[in-house]
Amino acid sequence: MGNRINKKLNEDGKLLSIYFTAGYPKLGDTVEIIQQLEKNGVDIIEIGLPFSDPLADGPTIQQSSTAALKNGMTTEILFDQLKDIRKSVSIPLIIMGYFNPMLQYGVDAFCKKCQEIGVDGLIIPDLPVDVYHEEYQETFEKYGLINVFLITPQTSEKRIRFIDSVSNGFIYMVSSASVTGAQSGFGDEQQAYFQRIADMKLKNPQIVGFGISNSETFEQATKSAKGAIIGSAFIKHLNGHGVDGIDKFIETIR
Amino acid sequence: MKTYQADEKGYYGEFGGAYIPEMLYPNTEELRQNYIRIMQDPSFKKEFDQLLKDYVGRPTPLYFADRLSRKYNTKIYLKREDLCHTGAHKVNNTIGQILMAKKLGKNRIIAETGAGQHGVATATVCALMGIECIVYMGEIDIARQAPNVARMKMLGAEVRPALSGSRTLKDATNEAIRDWINNPVDTHYIIGSVVGPHPYPDMVARFQSVISEEIKWQLKEKEGRENPDYVVACVGGGSNAAGAFYHYLDIPEVGIIAVEAAGKGIDSGESAATSALGKVGIIHGSKTLLMQTHDGQITEPYSISAGLDYPGVGPMHANLFASGRGEFISITDDDAMKAGLLLSKMEGIIPAIESSHALAILEHRKFKPEDVVVINLSGRGDKDLNNYIEYFNL
Ligand SMILES: Cc1ncc(COP(=O)(O)O)c(C=O)c1O
Repeated sequence: MGNRINKKLNEDGKLLSIYFTAGYPKLGDTVEIIQQLEKNGVDIIEIGLPFSDPLADGPTIQQSSTAALKNGMTTEILFDQLKDIRKSVSIPLIIMGYFNPMLQYGVDAFCKKCQEIGVDGLIIPDLPVDVYHEEYQETFEKYGLINVFLITPQTSEKRIRFIDSVSNGFIYMVSSASVTGAQSGFGDEQQAYFQRIADMKLKNPQIVGFGISNSETFEQATKSAKGAIIGSAFIKHLNGHGVDGIDKFIETIR
Repeated sequence: MKTYQADEKGYYGEFGGAYIPEMLYPNTEELRQNYIRIMQDPSFKKEFDQLLKDYVGRPTPLYFADRLSRKYNTKIYLKREDLCHTGAHKVNNTIGQILMAKKLGKNRIIAETGAGQHGVATATVCALMGIECIVYMGEIDIARQAPNVARMKMLGAEVRPALSGSRTLKDATNEAIRDWINNPVDTHYIIGSVVGPHPYPDMVARFQSVISEEIKWQLKEKEGRENPDYVVACVGGGSNAAGAFYHYLDIPEVGIIAVEAAGKGIDSGESAATSALGKVGIIHGSKTLLMQTHDGQITEPYSISAGLDYPGVGPMHANLFASGRGEFISITDDDAMKAGLLLSKMEGIIPAIESSHALAILEHRKFKPEDVVVINLSGRGDKDLNNYIEYFNL
């Protein structure tokens, strides 16, 4: 199956992926943000489905989620906003969200809807690889969806190998033991971790996330990885500027 | 044999498991691989039992409530967890977990708290062991539970406000989990109830199981039999109930009654009766029943009793409810307050408002004269005096 994610991963060069929370800063900004990101050369977009209790997120993404929910964002509204997205956008789109809203929508129905819309993959931080493998992998594959798993500096080699065997897109490499949020830079320890993972020669390429905020951290992260994901720093930009100046933000990264 | 205990993966029927971000996997995995071994280690057991005896004041009495029994024409026993050091059953768990943390070589403790009872119980054992203690508490709860905040500070703990979401217990729990993600190596998270990812529900239930272990021999002494006809407990997250039910779960002759907080009434929109209002979902890493919107966002519960003000229940209780093994009843604020006042006047015991919910069962359900009914009196009412004063204009 020619998923847009796999095609993108096969291209030369380092990939820039941007995360934003759907429904933030304004409920109706979703499509505009996606179009702007594509226009400005972003490679992959992660659309955050907001959740009331985002366990793995730091203050910036928490606040954007709370605001998005206050704005009235729901799973159904997001799907409705995205229904014609493939008429104007061709880069890979991934929905990133916590498991409970998907469970309430119905996992099968959720995946089916993603396929209809043209969403290429999902990132669900609180759906562990073991549970996915036993209960949901078939469903995801039936609808041609790529599920992306996280690894951290604490993840054992054995578990990384298992995650690699279950994955068929990329591996989301969390830069340090932390929740989401910008850091000031990557030290030797993180560089060594990036290198250690690169040396494992996994079948799936790695994209680094958490703590990437500018061109310097982007470059450090992509020295050995295929790409990097920016989340909190972009949310901060949206907080200050709304949907204006997305071009300027992307320019500062690369 | 069908069992209502957790299986190896931490499931009670379809409920439980560990729905956690990968960042938490090493932390919970370390605990999962070691908790049973450590708990069964004779030196651990010895220290745990010794502290429960000398420090907590166990065994707590099983008290035959004579006047109450005559009023309701049945045999009522109260399991006096209110007499535990710090005033509630919570300390059984924190003693166990602080010893666990020591065995695992951890030197920093974090906890969440709503009303402050679990926070105080955690701060207490950290003071006892000389270990750093950080308690997350919703900003709103900090404002309404000032005496317990002061207690924790006196005990040397740092109280950190949870500023996210609805700024109450569920958000304090989120903050504690985030702290644990950020501090995976040196920190142990002492969760306060039978909630959270595997192995927490099972581990906390085992630490609290001392309650039903004692009931068994105490009842044998008093009634000549180990098994009551009913055991009754209030359920917030469900730890005192898990402890009171534990050794009776797989004995079908013993009726299990779980009492939840109806708040201002199940249909009032201000309630914490999870079994009546909740649906299956994921909260704090566990698949269980929880109160949520149609869209899967977790909602804010309400009860006059801060300890019952949690939007989920532990997976053990979700399974007791779904399987029909447990009888689930919800009690309003008003009925609980009345039951609390009645116990004070008839038996000279001022109960915690949480426990008053369990006591209110006596007005709501008929028992036979020969029935032996054990009610778990999970805590004392000192912390609730202001609430009682306001409510009754005392
Ligand atoms: C006295 C008392 N009973 C009951 C509870 C509810 O907790 P659980 O359902 O875990 O026993 C609390 C919680 O603070 C409490 O303080």
